[in-house]
Amino acid sequence: MSDANLITVAEAPDVSGRSRSLAGDAWADLRRNKIFWISAVLVVVILLMAFVPSLFTSADPGACALSNKHKGPSGGAIFGYDFQGCDVFARTIYGTRASIEVGILSTLMAGLLGLIFGLSAGYFGGTTDAVLSRVTDIMLGVPFLLGAVVFSGRLSGSEDDGVWAVTLTLGVLTWTSAARVMRSSVIAVKSQDYVAAGRMLGASPGRLMFRHILPNSMASFIVVLTILLGTNIAAEATLSYLGVGLKGDAVSWGLQIAEAQDYARIAAHPLIWPSVFLAATVLAFIMLGDAIRDAFDPKLR
Amino acid sequence: MFRYIVRRLLQMILTFFGATFVVFALMFANQDDPIQALVGEKQASDSLRAALTERYHLDEGFLTQYWYYMKGLLTGDLGKSLTGRDISEMLADAWPVTIRLALLAVLIAAAIAVTTGVYAGIRRGGLFDNGTLLMTLLLLAMPIVVLAPLAQLVFAMELRWFPATTTKDATPYELLLPAIVLATTVIATQLRVTRTSVVENLRADYVRTARAKGLAPRRVTWVHVLRNSLIPVITLIGVDLGVLMSGAIVTEEVFNIPGVGFNLARGIRTEDGPLVVGFVSVLVIIFLVVNLAVDLLYAALDPRIRYE
Amino acid sequence: MTDIKATMDALPGLDHRAPLLQIDDLHVEFRTRDGVAKAVNGASFWLSPGETLAILGESGCGKSVTAQAIMGILESPPGHITAGEIRYRGVDLLKLPEVQRRKVRANRIAMIFQDALSALNPVYTVGFQLAELFRVHRGMSRSDARNRAVDLLDQVKIPGARSRVNDYPHQFSGGMRQRVMIAMALALDPEVLIADEPTTALDVTVQAQIMGLLAELQRQRNMGLILITHDMGVVADVADRISVMYAGRVVEEAPVHDIYARPGHPYTRALLESIPRLDLKGRQLNVIRGLPPALTDIPRGCAFNPRCRYAKDPCRQDPAPPAYAIAPHRTARCHFFREVLGE
Repeated sequence: MSDANLITVAEAPDVSGRSRSLAGDAWADLRRNKIFWISAVLVVVILLMAFVPSLFTSADPGACALSNKHKGPSGGAIFGYDFQGCDVFARTIYGTRASIEVGILSTLMAGLLGLIFGLSAGYFGGTTDAVLSRVTDIMLGVPFLLGAVVFSGRLSGSEDDGVWAVTLTLGVLTWTSAARVMRSSVIAVKSQDYVAAGRMLGASPGRLMFRHILPNSMASFIVVLTILLGTNIAAEATLSYLGVGLKGDAVSWGLQIAEAQDYARIAAHPLIWPSVFLAATVLAFIMLGDAIRDAFDPKLR
Repeated sequence: MFRYIVRRLLQMILTFFGATFVVFALMFANQDDPIQALVGEKQASDSLRAALTERYHLDEGFLTQYWYYMKGLLTGDLGKSLTGRDISEMLADAWPVTIRLALLAVLIAAAIAVTTGVYAGIRRGGLFDNGTLLMTLLLLAMPIVVLAPLAQLVFAMELRWFPATTTKDATPYELLLPAIVLATTVIATQLRVTRTSVVENLRADYVRTARAKGLAPRRVTWVHVLRNSLIPVITLIGVDLGVLMSGAIVTEEVFNIPGVGFNLARGIRTEDGPLVVGFVSVLVIIFLVVNLAVDLLYAALDPRIRYE
Repeated sequence: MTDIKATMDALPGLDHRAPLLQIDDLHVEFRTRDGVAKAVNGASFWLSPGETLAILGESGCGKSVTAQAIMGILESPPGHITAGEIRYRGVDLLKLPEVQRRKVRANRIAMIFQDALSALNPVYTVGFQLAELFRVHRGMSRSDARNRAVDLLDQVKIPGARSRVNDYPHQFSGGMRQRVMIAMALALDPEVLIADEPTTALDVTVQAQIMGLLAELQRQRNMGLILITHDMGVVADVADRISVMYAGRVVEEAPVHDIYARPGHPYTRALLESIPRLDLKGRQLNVIRGLPPALTDIPRGCAFNPRCRYAKDPCRQDPAPPAYAIAPHRTARCHFFREVLGE
């Protein structure tokens, strides 16, 4: 195999080409990646829908008239009306906000928990690592949706629309993957020469952690979080669908799907559109995560 | 091998107590009024309050509560649902159809994921590979709440290829569409892992040796590469079971399959706390046992672990 | 399937009087996204029964690629054989349909690899991997094939062969694993054995044992052995002839004693001078200046010219030096071989 190896070495860019940082290489790679651009544009549009829904529709998602019940698409409401006579397009657009809010907040929470757990387990090693890894194992011992059903069931008594309950549930139950990735990349970075050199030169643990280890562990961490954002949005919809997520007057794709499903035989459009938006949103974030990972870890392509 | 099994068993026991404790804590810990949590937004009558207090030993300390809860779990006594039915009996009634659904889903998923993954791995970078990658991306992006209702709408209601719902003793045909839906929740990851693993193994030196031995490409792939590539896929089965359980809740609800997931979904909707906690606890135990079995299977497949 | 001799005799152009193995002007290139790497650029050599030919060169000189081309196990893409012939007993292997080519592998030409741990399949017992040869190529029953596997392990002197046949590769020591590899290569009684750095990954004492075993088995079976190595010490002990490769070409070919006594190519000479020698202790070691060329960008003329102390203008111009016959049975691709020989 030595010859084959040599050939790759011979073809690798020369030293001057290598002086570009990993991040620089990754960005150059991303810029040429169509999937990255498609997902990035989708994400921007989704964020706009979430925070400035009035850009996309002038209709009021709360203004429903039973006389419009199950009417098909028309000039005013291009996706038609649902069983309560609400404008499906308007509700779908306004439903973006709940999904994105829950998705971002719960991912931030999971990310923070994962960062704390993973960083300390990886950095301190030994007993700390053993204990924290066992805790992670135990959390992984409860399949996500089962834990979420019990947990948000108990939080459900509250009067609000459930955004905080769902966020808390998702955050508490989904940090494990982030923690594992953080831990293993911290361990990998920690054993590298320049970190050992830093330690020998007397850099404090805090400085080592935040100046050397953290930045180098960030890439894979961000990838995991991007994908987690997508799956958490899907999870919110599932919880809402099952009746333990967002509730009451909340406008949410999961709720829309649950309501429309009972009438799918009569009118399919109220079921189809929120489904399409939900899938597209999840897809956008997963694709984005995939593209970033490919850029940072090109060897598996 | 013996040391490996013992170590895994010890870990399993720890995880077992940990995970059941987590479920229990999620339900009861730091709760102002645990009874209200069990019955949801309904008004709890005094007699119901008394019954639940006795059942969950709510008048005692938290750890004592957990102790009684564990005792009930291990002796198969799951108590009664708010509707007064025995939860163990409900489970016993619901199991058979769920197991059939899950097995069918697992078979479909494994068959498609492994064959497609291997071919995609062999033809890495080709049209088939890129097409498959795109498909898995789409599948990954399809939450079960999108997939199940849409599949029912398109394939059962519009095209009428399958029945939209199942009868009490569901036939394999009736279960086929739900099983496909359920399978899609795990196919994408299984396929990707198979593909990546095949790609990596095809580069391995032992593949060159196998070719130098004058073996046909088919034998090299399906005997030498496959066995090595399946090792990481096997470990996925454990994780996948959790995904399947979650998926079954929605799928059985959508297709009206009277299994465990269906009952659980009903329990969630009617805010039947005892039923939800009971079902979830049993599912968690099954999940852990299967994961242990998977680890042992993993050791059987990878001799390097067996002799560690 | 079972009668391998009949199958082999049916190979088109088979001539038992033709040389055992003859490689002629072999060219191999790797076409990758970043360009074309010319790994082998006109390698030629031959091998007779019972003879040991050492192919010597630094890593990247194309010796392993040549071996893989002979075996027909080049990864393709990216590897492509663009020109040349590989003849076994007169049969041009490159023109053979893949099905027949496969029969030649292991049956007539076998190979052992450098790192036996990664070259053996980790998830099958060595017994399975040995027996597989008999089952696939000879159609033997499971138990017969297994008995043959035990025999083979005995032949390569693995103690307790009958029980060890059920062990997995990682349960063997490095030396024992390489013995398993040798057993596997010899299973079907090949006439040519290619050993690609067979001892590089081993301890020095084990190296000697393995080389001894190889030499012994070779004598017993009158096999032709191609020994690929970068270790001039190993070569001196076992080889009959040496082909020195540089940048994908055989730059010098000679009987082993001649080459040690009087190298005919500056590269060979530099290689010899870079070996630490006890009698020259205390003097500075001559190392070869510079690096082997990148295979994507091989110098014009003689590929060695940028590192060569004899190089003059003709060396820097195409065509590359031809294979001068510098003595009986000796060739060197150097315009100034006389100076190098010290005449």
